[in-house]
Amino acid sequence: MEVHKVLTEEEIDALLIERHGPENHRKMKHAHAAVAGLGGLGSNIAVMLARAGIGSLHLVDFDKVEGSNLNRQVYKMKHLGMDKTEALAGEIREINPYIKMTVDKVKVTSQNAAEIFRGDRLVCEAFDVAENKAMLVNTLLAELPETILVAGTGMAGYGSSNLIQTHKRMRRLYICGDGVSDIAGGISLMAPRVTLCAAHQANMAVRLILGESEA
Amino acid sequence: MIKLNGKERKVSPGTTVEQMLLAEGFTLQRIAVERNGEILPKAEYASVVTADGDIFEVVNFVGGG
Repeated sequence: MEVHKVLTEEEIDALLIERHGPENHRKMKHAHAAVAGLGGLGSNIAVMLARAGIGSLHLVDFDKVEGSNLNRQVYKMKHLGMDKTEALAGEIREINPYIKMTVDKVKVTSQNAAEIFRGDRLVCEAFDVAENKAMLVNTLLAELPETILVAGTGMAGYGSSNLIQTHKRMRRLYICGDGVSDIAGGISLMAPRVTLCAAHQANMAVRLILGESEA
Repeated sequence: MIKLNGKERKVSPGTTVEQMLLAEGFTLQRIAVERNGEILPKAEYASVVTADGDIFEVVNFVGGG
C-alpha cells in the first residue's frame, strides 16, 4: 500500500491562498480560537475552522470518546476510549498538521473557566448541558472583558433547517441555533442539525476573524 | 417600564432583576443576562433593582451539543 502524502506547509498555504485570497488567508492563519466542549458541536466546529485555515486552536474537553458519540461527532471507531482532546487533535493533524494546537483535558467550572480561556479572544461554546452553557457564557463575559463568545442553543431533532439561525444577542455574544429544541424534550441529537448549528458557529467565527461583526 | 428582549414590560417599583426573571418564567441557572449593554453577574440578580428605562437582553440556553 502506498504511504499517503503529507503536504508541506507551503503547499497547504498555496492551496488556501488560491481559494481564499492572500489577505483572508493571512487573517485566518494568524487567528486563534478556542472550542469549549468537543462533542457534536465542538468537534465539527474545530474541523471546519481547521479546513478554513485557522492558525491555532485551543481544544477543551474532559471526556473520552464513546460509541454513542459516533452518530454526530467527528470521531471514528479507532478513537473509542481515547480522550476527545487527543482524538480530535489527531484528526485535525491529518487535515492540516501545521495548525498550532493546545489541548486541555479538564472539566470547565465557574471557578476555573477564566483561567482556562484567559488567552482566548474568541471562544466557541459547545457544551451539551444547558446549565454549563450558561455558566461558561456568564463567567467568560464577566471575567474576560476582551473575549467574544459564539454559543449554540437549540439544535436537537430533525426540525426545519431554516429555524437554525445566528443572532448577535449581546455586545460580545453571538447565539446560533433555534433557541428551543432541547434534548430534555425527549428528542435526540442527530448529525445533520447539530452539524448545521456547528457550521453556523464556525462561520460566525470565520466572519469575526475576517472583520465582520454582524450575525 | 423596562425592555426585555426588545419588548416593553411593566414592572412594579422595587422589583429586583431576579423577581422579574422568575415572573417571566426563566430558569436562573440556564440564562445569561445583559442589562443596559453590560453582562449582569448571576450573583447580582437578587440585589439589583430594575429601574425605569432598563434594557434587558436575556439569552436562554437549552441542552444539546
